[in-house]
Amino acid sequence: MLDATRSPLHPAARDTLLAALDAGWADPRRLHREARQARHLLDRARESIATSIGARPDEVSFHPSGAHALRVGVAGLRHPRRRTAERLVTSAVDRAVLLHEAHEADPASVPLPVDRLARISPETLGMALATGPTALVALQHANGEVGTVQPVAALHDVCREASVPLLLDGTASLGRIATPGSWDALVGDAATVAGPPVGVLAVRTGARFDLPGPRWEPEHGREVEDPWVPLVLAAAEAWQQALHAQAAEEASALTLTERIRAAAAAVPDVEVVGDPDDRLPHVVTFSALYVDGESIVDALDQRGVAVASGSACTSSRLEPSHVLAAMGALTHGNVRVTLPLEAVRPERADDVERLCRELPAVVADLRARLGVGDL
Amino acid sequence: MSPPIGPVEDSDDPAPDLDARGLKCPLPVIRLARLARDLPAGTTLHVLADDPAAESDIPAWTRMRGHTVTLERRGGHTAYAVVLG
Repeated sequence: MLDATRSPLHPAARDTLLAALDAGWADPRRLHREARQARHLLDRARESIATSIGARPDEVSFHPSGAHALRVGVAGLRHPRRRTAERLVTSAVDRAVLLHEAHEADPASVPLPVDRLARISPETLGMALATGPTALVALQHANGEVGTVQPVAALHDVCREASVPLLLDGTASLGRIATPGSWDALVGDAATVAGPPVGVLAVRTGARFDLPGPRWEPEHGREVEDPWVPLVLAAAEAWQQALHAQAAEEASALTLTERIRAAAAAVPDVEVVGDPDDRLPHVVTFSALYVDGESIVDALDQRGVAVASGSACTSSRLEPSHVLAAMGALTHGNVRVTLPLEAVRPERADDVERLCRELPAVVADLRARLGVGDL
Repeated sequence: MSPPIGPVEDSDDPAPDLDARGLKCPLPVIRLARLARDLPAGTTLHVLADDPAAESDIPAWTRMRGHTVTLERRGGHTAYAVVLG
């Protein structure tokens, strides 16, 4: 299994979830004993996750998913600045939810371009901010499709210089690599560390945050409803486990993805995409010329290797990955690997070996069928 | 990294060298590569395609093969002028 954007739960998170079904099922707003216990567990989970991502408990709120947390973060940071500016600046390789928010804020806006490695340049950001008032900059810490880690400290400096807050999207990175401190608001997703899909939003004390519409109570006024406590407890457990294992996990994942990068690059006309050095340890993407994405995913699946793809006509989309397109990379024949945590999939090294072993024949086979061997 | 977008020379040419409209990836690139295979460097090929993936894949292919390309969006499809390297 090499497609872990959603993976089985970490065994410890699974145990926590099962135990929390009995201990934390109650509504944390009620006053009876069970409810007080649920409230206590929720508070502890918030403290634990806050520590894991370098924030304070009163800065952290829980949301139904990473994408939901991003939307709430964007709305709450933009609203108090609405008399200054409407514009939301994001980049061409950011998540679709941010691109849609930026388009909604200003249909004429163009996302920041990136280089061939999907890197966002601080100079480009500076030039964009100089063209007019901006309410918010929302950028990724690292790209979940191609692995490239962004120069977030330099990007945050540019934002501070322009007095514009930075919302950092850590949904692909948080828990897999060290959490950066360069943000005014930070979003993560427990699914990235084999927890249940729970979105986490941290807003720095002092950053102006106010949502439009009626006042809500739950989650510091950021959600319409309290989270389901067992889910948050499992998320906190997954994060704590990830933090505990991070150094060893990162080193082992880097070795495995390096192995895949080398094996893919050795196949004729296969391009490995993304920054070769400054990258997420668990993500690797490559594209095989003249091969279609669906066929290569199917062929690998038949040989017991589960991968994703950013090509069009896979996962029922007609458009190819906007990330690959923005980088000027080949979009067809694309294979995307997201390594599960070793704790979730102890045999992942065998999965990687199988992919590396099968790939040359799979690509050659598909090309032979299309009669493109001489092109 | 986007390829240059501008007016493609002879953009009103009624007979493109390759009309790949209606073909899905990776077929436009395969047809183009087949057409280009035996032609000398310096040849210009005019291509029409309407698959959104071709806007990334034709420039990526030209980069991998040492050719150059300009493209022009024309409503329902895109016109490409590929100069073989």
